[in-house]
Amino acid sequence: MAELIFNLSKEGKCAFSLPESQVPSYEIDKKYTREDDVSLPEVSEVDVIRHFTNISRNNYGVDQGFYPLGSCTMKYNPKVNEDVAGLQGFTSLHPYQPEYQVQGALKAAYELGGYLCEITGMKGATLQPAAGAHGEMTGIMIIKAYHQNRNDNKRTKMIVPDSAHGTNPASAATAGYEIVQVKSDDLGLVDIDALAALMDDETAGLMLTNPNTLGLFESNITKIAKIVHDKGGLLYYDGANLNAIMGIARPFDMGFDVVHFNLHKTMSTPHGGGGPGSGPVCVREDLVRFLPKPVVCKDGERYYLDHDRKDAIGRVKAFYGNYLVYIKALAYILTMGPDGLKKASETAVLNANYIMAGIKDSFVIPYDRFCMHEFVLSGSRQKEQYGISTLDMAKRLLDYGYHPPTIYFPLIVHEGMMIEPTETESKETLDKFIEALNKIAKEAKTNPELLHDAPHNTYVRRLDEVTAARNPVLKWEKEQDE
Amino acid sequence: MRYIPVTDRDRQEMLKRCKADSVEHLFSCIPEQVRLKRPLNLPPAKSEMELIKYMQSLAAQNSNTGNYACFLGAGAYDHYIPSVISHLISRQEFLTAYTPYQPEISQGTLTAIFEYQTMICELTGMDVANASMYDGASALAEACAISSGAFRKRSDIIIVEDMHPEYRETVETYLKFRDIKYTSMTVKQLLEADLTNVAGVCVQYPSFYGDIYDMQVIGDYVKQNGSLFIVCANPVALALLKSPKDFGADFVVGEGQPLGMPMGFGGPYLGFFACVKEHMRKMPGRIVGKTTDVDGKTAYVLTLQAREQHIRREKATSNICSNQALCALTATIYLSVTGKKGFKQVAQRCVDNAHYVYEGLLKTGKFEKTSDMPFFHEFTVKPKVNIAALNRYLYGHGFIGGLETDRGWLIAVTEKRTKEEMDEFIRRAGEFNG
Repeated sequence: MAELIFNLSKEGKCAFSLPESQVPSYEIDKKYTREDDVSLPEVSEVDVIRHFTNISRNNYGVDQGFYPLGSCTMKYNPKVNEDVAGLQGFTSLHPYQPEYQVQGALKAAYELGGYLCEITGMKGATLQPAAGAHGEMTGIMIIKAYHQNRNDNKRTKMIVPDSAHGTNPASAATAGYEIVQVKSDDLGLVDIDALAALMDDETAGLMLTNPNTLGLFESNITKIAKIVHDKGGLLYYDGANLNAIMGIARPFDMGFDVVHFNLHKTMSTPHGGGGPGSGPVCVREDLVRFLPKPVVCKDGERYYLDHDRKDAIGRVKAFYGNYLVYIKALAYILTMGPDGLKKASETAVLNANYIMAGIKDSFVIPYDRFCMHEFVLSGSRQKEQYGISTLDMAKRLLDYGYHPPTIYFPLIVHEGMMIEPTETESKETLDKFIEALNKIAKEAKTNPELLHDAPHNTYVRRLDEVTAARNPVLKWEKEQDE
Repeated sequence: MRYIPVTDRDRQEMLKRCKADSVEHLFSCIPEQVRLKRPLNLPPAKSEMELIKYMQSLAAQNSNTGNYACFLGAGAYDHYIPSVISHLISRQEFLTAYTPYQPEISQGTLTAIFEYQTMICELTGMDVANASMYDGASALAEACAISSGAFRKRSDIIIVEDMHPEYRETVETYLKFRDIKYTSMTVKQLLEADLTNVAGVCVQYPSFYGDIYDMQVIGDYVKQNGSLFIVCANPVALALLKSPKDFGADFVVGEGQPLGMPMGFGGPYLGFFACVKEHMRKMPGRIVGKTTDVDGKTAYVLTLQAREQHIRREKATSNICSNQALCALTATIYLSVTGKKGFKQVAQRCVDNAHYVYEGLLKTGKFEKTSDMPFFHEFTVKPKVNIAALNRYLYGHGFIGGLETDRGWLIAVTEKRTKEEMDEFIRRAGEFNG
């Protein structure tokens, strides 16, 4: 068993030193202080380096190999972006330094906001939200503020498709909305008639991902926008799948009013094992006044933070968002340029279609037509014929050295597996992955046990998740180890 | 295109296999009327050399704390960051991994988060901690929202007034959209307030202005009245100050930036979130638990997922999905490096330095006291001069001065400040006459 840092602790070890103090020591009144020391490990610097290096080796990152995780856009994270975000002129800035000391930092934020608006067709941006779901919440709050500002207070519902990301309904709920689900039609698109029947003057709007989570473009998008707008609602764009359409089609031109980005997907910033991300929100012109404050503005050659915004929804976190993350996104956009971003989307779509074409004979493809940047296959054939679940096949992919695709999502596909290769993968990588998937489909038939028990080659194998949830052990305690 | 490895020849072969005539053909599902018929209006692509030059030029237009001694705090603090941190967190295995949904190949992240949860529990005295939140302000807002929903007959929230103004605004934003009632009041008013309808009371520890309240008195009153006690704590101060557990906190949240993260113009930071066991299944965000694999080997896994948005959708305890995992790893490494002794030394040095500067400023005769309360590493004094002008003058002498607040000049002094810097800061601040 891998040791925890606490197991390495030994009294007297220390990996830290301060310079000698030149000032008198001061003692805070004992009434306010703790008697015991916080029980942290006592370890050496070598202990720390070896421990964290060794546990890191039980992870799998994009730098190691293919990561076709649908909806997550696990593209390569360029190294130079880490370098530029690590410049001391960005890392060592206090957020409350006066504007005259941080003009370069404000300029970077201003430029990025402008570029994100250009990519989406919108007119104003906030970089404050820290993640995609945080952006969704912010965007939905802006929609609510818009309705309230017009004294339109009867809108209590938000429509969300049955194929939507779980964050959509959850985010709308945090903004105080009741959720109404609209179903998908046989083609995997929003059912227009069902939407028209649901949309009324008590509905604030519709949250939509386009291309949707099946990797299909909502080709009725202008009709959808009309249905929503005609009843006074607003249309929200979940930017999780923006990697399919950069420079090809813009959410504003499709009729969307509010958009969030996942810079940690589309704009190549690393996921860090779960975060930090960055979830900027862009809005059409008449919604700019509702953006959270402050907003970075420009007056002549001077950049400043505008706090004086009476219609702003408030703020969703302290300061100005995950600054050092979105600096990396700025570096990415500058590196790619307009042609590069378009090429990225085109290649992402080509790569997805190429995999789909390569595995078609082995798996059921529920929506069998050109996909966008991702597609969903169904493991229903393997399930019905050989009792092999999509989970089994995903776990078997671990043995072949891949991070498995997203599974059992969207919820409307039986035994779904959602594959998103991104544009940073070569044909050779895709060919090998196709071969592995086809081989697994064969194994399902010839050697089902192998799949039931997969993975076989990983550091740990399938875990007992039921016991973990039933009897939660959420921290290390000395007694456990003795 | 440095990051796109598909060659033109590949493209032709791939299109053929897809039975598509052209890349354009693949996009035929996008109606003509919503197509962009021009190139995006963005600057042309930069080479790596050009990019570095441009970003360096932006960075150079900022005055950073490498060249200026920082006495500014107010929620972001200039602590020393041990060298090992950047080396470890830039390991690709941590940096480029996704959320650990596949535990078989994510034990690195999962183990580190389990250690992080343990350390946050140690620091706060709470029973359980989650895997991180966006920042201190949003962690506080989530704690308020959960408290509000914890009772059948009470749902109001009280925010004690000397809360960081941006934290207060964040809480207000989160609560108003859910139609949760909140009020703001002083500690004195709180101790006389009727809490019948109050679900939760939140207090910053130490306060925005640096004051350390007698939290026992507040905690006793809040508990006697049956409300939940939410403490928003500075994690470094917790090395010395009374543990929130001892005065009855139900939730302890706060900003983890001081634990090894750069100030970075405001982010990314780390919201830590801990609570007593009773609220475990209402916690927002991800939680890591210990378990075993089919071979009986100890392993860690995301658990209690029935609370989360990808399972519960609109009924989830929160909408949070991506969190600040790499920042939680940073804090874990920081607390391992400083350890039991070093962490306390950092806190004590902050106290020593802050009190040295405080006494020094008062001695110049140019500043008035604003409080008799004890403080940790941050305090206010009232100058006779205009604060913006004073800060500008200090800037001319190599200092980033304190924040202008309604109670005066808010100064923070960390372990990083040398005696020379502090002496010169006091002298320059004292000699400025407006």
